[in-house]
Amino acid sequence: MSLGHTILGLLERQPSHGYDIKRAYDQQFGHDRALPYGQVYATLSRLLKNGLVEVDSVETGEGPERKRYAITSAGVTDVEQWFGRPEPVEPYLQSALYTKVVLALLTGRPAVDVLDTQRAEHLRLMRELTRRKLDGDLADQLVCDHALFHLEADLRWLELTAARLDELAAEVRR
Amino acid sequence: MTSPVLLRAEDLHKDYGRTTALAGASIEVSAGELVAVMGPSGSGKSTLLHCLAGIVRPDRGSIGYGGEELTGCGDARLSALRRSDFGFLFQFAQLVPELSCLENVALPLRLGGRRRRAAEAAAAQWLERLEVADLARQRPGEISGGQAQRVGVARALVTRPKVVFADEPTGALDSLNGERVMGLFARAARDSSAAVVLVTHDARVAAYADREVIVRDGRTRDLAATK
Repeated sequence: MSLGHTILGLLERQPSHGYDIKRAYDQQFGHDRALPYGQVYATLSRLLKNGLVEVDSVETGEGPERKRYAITSAGVTDVEQWFGRPEPVEPYLQSALYTKVVLALLTGRPAVDVLDTQRAEHLRLMRELTRRKLDGDLADQLVCDHALFHLEADLRWLELTAARLDELAAEVRR
Repeated sequence: MTSPVLLRAEDLHKDYGRTTALAGASIEVSAGELVAVMGPSGSGKSTLLHCLAGIVRPDRGSIGYGGEELTGCGDARLSALRRSDFGFLFQFAQLVPELSCLENVALPLRLGGRRRRAAEAAAAQWLERLEVADLARQRPGEISGGQAQRVGVARALVTRPKVVFADEPTGALDSLNGERVMGLFARAARDSSAAVVLVTHDARVAAYADREVIVRDGRTRDLAATK
């Protein structure tokens, strides 16, 4: 995920201090992982250098000075282009699990155990996400569902592969 | 968390003619535990459920329930047990079309000898817990599949069973409705400390359980035990 574009998107609503950006981010997207301050400021200074944001005002008072950042018109263009681009789709063709299964077959190990061990781990995580979903709000539910659908797809592959292990064994040993 | 084992099946075998449905299936279910039984179609998972519930007799093997050996019980004892201790939930709610939703939920209590008023009062509470209290007077033909399945959950739990046997309970529902029914079912079963044996091929449904047992070619494989 592009943190730069996310911050630009948040700034497009209104000019904000770094702290407010962090808070808005955590509220919308943080879930169990808050965004570290350091990352917010590092990203803001990169956006500043690239002319996508500017310092709108500086407050001096007690403590360190507080800069308020605003998006520039170049920044708005950049966000718009980002919205218009599809996110890269993961081709999923380099699977560590597939490699493991084939190697298990080649070395005479029980490949079905490899699949079942993975299956147990996938289901463990699915149970955890399901519990979180049941206790969570709509945002939690949607985030967990996204993960659950991906895990389910993996599981279907595990099942399909388990059902075709004999065929695969014959093929890899040829 | 170690609850006493409520139901234990060992080395079950069952053939239907030349087709082998179970070839050495074993499972343990503790009190209040939600166990998913997973496996591809034809793996024997429904037969396992039917054996555990005393609907089908295995050719070989043992099934212990609360100190009793079910394979040695007569039909009368098994059907009494199914009425008093077991609850059932199927893919389609299988409600009686001539009865209202309230009467459907009250039915297992009525069959157990409860008076009509008491049975319907209990049924009304269950409909409320499943968030379908407003359907009490409707007939099954007048409600949606998701609503019918909630009524089905209420009917399965109304007798306060020790074990609920559920066979693909969300199989006929779209994913959003399936999730809602599953969430309500899992919560209601936990609240009333009922154990659940949940047969499903859907991993998202199985994820509501505490653990899973996988059935392949009539044999069980307990994934927790393979770790």
